[in-house]
Amino acid sequence: MKPLFRIERRLDVPVWLNCFIPVGAVAVALAAGAVLLSFLGVSPFEAYKAMARGALGDAWGVSETIVKAIPLTLAGLAVGLAFTMVVWNIGAEGQIVMGALAAVAVVRYAFVDNSAVVLPLMFLAASFAGGLWAGFAGYLKARWNVNETITTLMMNYIAILLADYFIYGPWRDPSSLGFPMTTPFPGAARLPLLWGTRVHVGIFLAVALAVLFRVLYRWTRWGFEIRVIGNNPRAARYAGINDMKNVVLAMFLSGAIAGIAGMTEVAGLQGRLQPGFSGGYGFTAIIVAWLARLNPMATILVSFLLGALLVGGDTLQVVMRLPLASVQVLQGLILFCVLGAEFFRNYRIVPAGREE
Amino acid sequence: METERQQPIVEMRGISKSFASVRANRGIDFDVFPGEVHTLLGENGAGKSTLMNILNGLYQPDSGSIRVKGRECRFSSPREAIAAGIGMVHQHFMLVPVLTVWENLVLGLPGLEAVLPRKEVIRKIRELSDRYGLNVEPEAQVWQLSVGEQQRVEILKMLYRNAEVLVLDEPTSVLTPQEVRRLFDTILQMKAEGHGVVFISHKLDEVMEISDRITILRGGEVVETLRGGMATRETLAEKMVGRKVVFAVDKAVLNPGDTVLEAEGICALNDRGLPAIRNLSLSIREGEILGIAGIAGNGQKELCEALSGLRPIQFGRVLLRGKDMTGACPMDFIQAGVSYIPADRKGTGLVGAMNLRENFALKNFWRKPYAKGPFLSWENVAGETGRIVERFGVSTPGLGIPVRNLSGGNQQRLMLGRELSGTPDLIVAMQPTWGLDVGATEFVRDQLLRQRDRGAAVLLVSEDLEEVMALSDRLAVIHKGEIMGIAEDPRCVLEEDLGLMMAGIRRETFPEGEKYR
Repeated sequence: MKPLFRIERRLDVPVWLNCFIPVGAVAVALAAGAVLLSFLGVSPFEAYKAMARGALGDAWGVSETIVKAIPLTLAGLAVGLAFTMVVWNIGAEGQIVMGALAAVAVVRYAFVDNSAVVLPLMFLAASFAGGLWAGFAGYLKARWNVNETITTLMMNYIAILLADYFIYGPWRDPSSLGFPMTTPFPGAARLPLLWGTRVHVGIFLAVALAVLFRVLYRWTRWGFEIRVIGNNPRAARYAGINDMKNVVLAMFLSGAIAGIAGMTEVAGLQGRLQPGFSGGYGFTAIIVAWLARLNPMATILVSFLLGALLVGGDTLQVVMRLPLASVQVLQGLILFCVLGAEFFRNYRIVPAGREE
Repeated sequence: METERQQPIVEMRGISKSFASVRANRGIDFDVFPGEVHTLLGENGAGKSTLMNILNGLYQPDSGSIRVKGRECRFSSPREAIAAGIGMVHQHFMLVPVLTVWENLVLGLPGLEAVLPRKEVIRKIRELSDRYGLNVEPEAQVWQLSVGEQQRVEILKMLYRNAEVLVLDEPTSVLTPQEVRRLFDTILQMKAEGHGVVFISHKLDEVMEISDRITILRGGEVVETLRGGMATRETLAEKMVGRKVVFAVDKAVLNPGDTVLEAEGICALNDRGLPAIRNLSLSIREGEILGIAGIAGNGQKELCEALSGLRPIQFGRVLLRGKDMTGACPMDFIQAGVSYIPADRKGTGLVGAMNLRENFALKNFWRKPYAKGPFLSWENVAGETGRIVERFGVSTPGLGIPVRNLSGGNQQRLMLGRELSGTPDLIVAMQPTWGLDVGATEFVRDQLLRQRDRGAAVLLVSEDLEEVMALSDRLAVIHKGEIMGIAEDPRCVLEEDLGLMMAGIRRETFPEGEKYR
């Protein structure tokens, strides 16, 4: 029997295709989602309009999207750095939590009633905590070739449970009526908010770091070294690049930036630590880094779009009275299609009988 | 000839195929008769592999026809090709390492029962092995086999599927001289049984020995089809390259200076942790090429790596211009002026996904003027890369394309250019002409000689005996990680003597009087 089509590897990717693929993927996802929404008795057209309006329709929507894009950008840059070396840091979530814990610890035990002192302290503590958390996994890999995918993933749970211990235990706010949350930060430990929205100054940090990363990858010796390690570790050794040292260093930096994301979340938004405060940004960041193809500038854009998807989902829940699960299915559909469409970037399908 | 009256098994007429802007095949006619070896000869990029991939169903031709035993055929996959009796043995084997030989043989066969007919298969394998001299243990797992044995499995796989035509893509490039002999015996046996064999190679001696007919390709077109007996090295090379090729190496008089490298009793392990270099000593002076001959896998790679800091030395010392470098890291060796040209250019010497500029920066990113503080000056890198491309004749559409898109010969030119551009003190070259066509080989050898004449010390490791004998000023033979003997004048050493040393017999133990013939 003749197959109906065959799959061929693309030798080169035309520019129009690079633009068309994500757009087409979202279109397919929306079409599939429309079927789902119809089953739920909701007009897909209305639902999508509500989503778009909620996330991007007014200044508040845009600002909320940015609020979500900030930690996504930071964590996306963080894991992107490790991925550039082909070191699989799956532990940004845990590193975010450790960063947040360290920030809270500074507020509790080393508080100075002066933003100019306490915020940099929190910043440093958070980056060290996240950095050490990831750097430990990096050291295990460099020293004994322990699989970092496993260690970073497992260390997520340690970090989350550790945070829960403090939130439910010694750091619980006595005036919280039993709710699991830490004591609220004093004003000096809060990041300034901008434009009367919930957008905090972390946005400048995220953009500045993206620019810095761009320069790092493109123009510096160290950026070149880690790109070589990622592309061909044997060639890196041959070129005299110390891969052991670089793995630890890159993992430390990766974790440090994720830790900063944790600090900006608690100091910018919640002002205290609650269970599950990160909401999975560390995991979504893996998708961000991947879709941005590890490009720092694209990371900002992708974070914004995924942020819009999250905010749009929230709106959908409220406006259309849809259950949370169906919103998550819709979000999942879109991500699934966008990631799946990557296939068409590398391969093409040739119908049987048609020769080139 | 008798074959003229027979019907060809395969007849390809007017085959053309383009990839983007490259016309890989243009109007090629090619046929194979039963009981003949028809060689495809050509430089890298001449279109040999494209033509055979078309025959094998991997590519579809833009135009032209394929007839198998008179019937027009069009294969859209290798499976269809093998069903029509055409089997290909690729340069890189397509075997599953954790499966046994017999399991690999039946893998993908249509119409297999749920319970594999193990005994039946093994019986048939043994029968084929005996008939064609392809000795392999059917129950062995493929990862346990040597490269030569794996190749036999690939050939068996095709014979098991009743291939009438076997396409062997550069089969000898992975074999030792002894294994090449065995392969040739098998090919002769296949001929005798009426199979057609397509032999792809650019090693002229082999081609002349085994071929009944030789078709030479150049730039995607057939230059000529000759009878095997009518060819000489010179005519073949000239037709293949398109100009006269000089085989004799023109070498200036040896003018050695100070000792550059001294290795004293070094020992090193291989990747599996077994001793690969045992108590090995050697020294090289300025303006001298020390050749290392030996059968593949006798510690050559480990020696090169130990001498460039990539492999830890267990015992012994390495001195560079009198300075102890034992235990120094690769970067120390690079900065001390050691250039290492690894055999495995794609895997070690270059980064395939990176472009020409970045691959130049690979070994120079730490060095002024390419490094400026923590930054890289891509402008300076591009300038020097451009000069290398020009001086070393790398043919490329630009400096910004990934090097994996370059042909093997151009990759080697680029790597050589990078390694030789910094006027190195010591050059460790491992199989620098491996897999290269005649033109590129000539170029590489010439460059190494120039470095020697400039005053560099060169360690040349090659499994090509002819190459080391022609280029070396002194020639050492390595066997199981030990030096069996050093010939002070390679031009006066007998090939048989080298053969004895390669087989592990020390020069000192030769009968008196034979030592310095």
